[in-house]
Amino acid sequence: MFGKLRRLTQDVSRIALEESERLPSNERRRFLRNGLFTAGGAMVGGALAGLSPRLGATETQYPPEIPPWTRTLGPGVVTNPYGVPSSFEKDVIRRNVPWLTAEKTSSISFSPLQHLKGIITPNGLFFERHHAGQPEVDPQQHRLMIHGLVERPIILTMEDLQRFPSVSQINFIECPANGGMEWRGAQLNSLQFLHGMVSCAEWTGVRLSTLLQDVGMKPEGKWLLAEGADGAAMTRSIPMEKALDDVIVAFAQNGEALRREQGYPIRLVVPGWEGNTHVKWLRRLEVGDKPWMQREETSKYTDLMADGTAYGFTWVMEAKSVITSPCPEMPLRDSGIYQIEGIAWSGRGKVKAVDVSVDGGRNWKQARLREPVMSKSLTRFSLEWKWDGNPALLQSRVIDETGYVQPTLAQLIKIRGTNSIYHKNAIQTWQVKPDGSVNNVQL
Amino acid sequence: MFSFDKSSRVLTGFGSGVLLATLAAFCHAEPAGYYGYGEPATEDQIAGWDIDIRPDGTGLPEGSGSVDEGLNVFETHCSSCHGAFGEGMGRFPKLAGGDGSLAQDRPEKTVGSFWPYASTLWDYIHRAMPFFAPQSLTDDEVYALTAYVLNLNYIVDGDFVANKDTLPKVKMPNEDGFIWEDPRPQIQNERCMKDCRDTVEIKDSAVGKNLTPSTTGPLDKGLTE
Repeated sequence: MFGKLRRLTQDVSRIALEESERLPSNERRRFLRNGLFTAGGAMVGGALAGLSPRLGATETQYPPEIPPWTRTLGPGVVTNPYGVPSSFEKDVIRRNVPWLTAEKTSSISFSPLQHLKGIITPNGLFFERHHAGQPEVDPQQHRLMIHGLVERPIILTMEDLQRFPSVSQINFIECPANGGMEWRGAQLNSLQFLHGMVSCAEWTGVRLSTLLQDVGMKPEGKWLLAEGADGAAMTRSIPMEKALDDVIVAFAQNGEALRREQGYPIRLVVPGWEGNTHVKWLRRLEVGDKPWMQREETSKYTDLMADGTAYGFTWVMEAKSVITSPCPEMPLRDSGIYQIEGIAWSGRGKVKAVDVSVDGGRNWKQARLREPVMSKSLTRFSLEWKWDGNPALLQSRVIDETGYVQPTLAQLIKIRGTNSIYHKNAIQTWQVKPDGSVNNVQL
Repeated sequence: MFSFDKSSRVLTGFGSGVLLATLAAFCHAEPAGYYGYGEPATEDQIAGWDIDIRPDGTGLPEGSGSVDEGLNVFETHCSSCHGAFGEGMGRFPKLAGGDGSLAQDRPEKTVGSFWPYASTLWDYIHRAMPFFAPQSLTDDEVYALTAYVLNLNYIVDGDFVANKDTLPKVKMPNEDGFIWEDPRPQIQNERCMKDCRDTVEIKDSAVGKNLTPSTTGPLDKGLTE
């Protein structure tokens, strides 16, 4: 065994030496002086990174060949003190639609749903929506002020906040404009851009009910204003009933501190409600007796109907589902057995069932729900399907625990017209062509 | 969260009245000040951060600004994105016009055609504009800009002076155009499983529209900084 290790070590040493020969002389001296192992894994990693181009594009490493990664040592621990995905996953990134917004500080990026598994969105892939970019807030300097119709207006440090009893809950967040480019027709041929303004995480924080109880709410306090510390000083009015129900001031996302894009150091999580109510970089909570009619709840995030009237305070995200495999980015190959997979969610509670159709909604089969199935969280579903190579029209349809059945686009348009921008939770149709390609179509 | 989930599932069966009563009891588990963390917020501290304005004018500060003064401030800080007359540049928002367009095929939602409350204009300019330097304007400048944008929309006359008394009295043309109650769920579908529709016809396809950025490789070239 030690003989083998010695041979491996010699291999790595040889590769490293070869690598060093290609360096300029001063760098080569430093390389050799630092020594292979004393320099830590980064040096070995560098040597291996140098190795890979030499494999050549046409050289295969399949059986019976023994691939080079089996015959060498890999980089050591803390090569990346904060881990990053494999270099082979470089396509799995958030992306934006440049023509959608005037610039990128008040804009949106989309989560790569076509690559994601399970129900938790990795923190680096959680969709982004900023109204004035993402501030870098110093947690030592940041404060949360709670005031208004309360007995004891207070200012909390981030340390103060974390002393309160905390809870963890898995909730999706969806921008109400998710899919909003498609009211007037099929435009984007991509799952990521069509539906990627939804993500899901485990959020840890303090219940608003705990905080408001501690400052002593006055009985006339019926509304709460949440305000961010970003350049938009983003605000939303939230009725007290919801605030006391399941809203939390979150400081952690999937086990670590919130990402800057998600409101570091603290944000509101308002389960099941439209994304913009989950105010990021939260700095202030004011209790009042009436809503404040802020820009983001009057001019924006209101739903214009065909007759010119608009609905406001349409907070809840109605039940929605989408097939994530296959999809335009993940086409089929040969005919045969496939597991149709997708995600479903409802802002009103749990997903009760998901049905899948392969004939454009003529006939439906109930899909299997994968545990865990939780309230106001993404739920994953799957259905086995034998594709015969013929054209097909794939759809999924969620039923939530209130009995609400996801509608068709035609039904939504009949009621809402095509100018409401927000809350398009219609059934998505994927057209499968005989060559296996998958396209976004509308029926 | 798991234990809370279970309890809420049980509670749903009892109806919302019981649920709310139970929540109230849950919320009042400890007396106010039980934890007592944090420092009391002083009046000065609250005044520095409490910048929200309500439709009834609550929160509006002293100061004032005229339409004419607003024109100057607008040209300096706003017209590069919003256009000299609030017509909007590129994809930056149009602030004026669009009267009577809300029910048309291509509605124009501007301050004049859509915004329900004048207070929101003061509040938003003050908290978030100019886009590149938010909260940099004086209260008088914000009053002046508010007056100017209202005038661009023919909502106030050219001699209008905005202040904490005049602004709450401005009635916006579309104030009654909003319904502040969510009508949803509006669609009640049966969960049909077989022979649910007669015809299936593809009405539109995203193929060939050339609007989709790349979903592989780096972000689309020329589309990032």
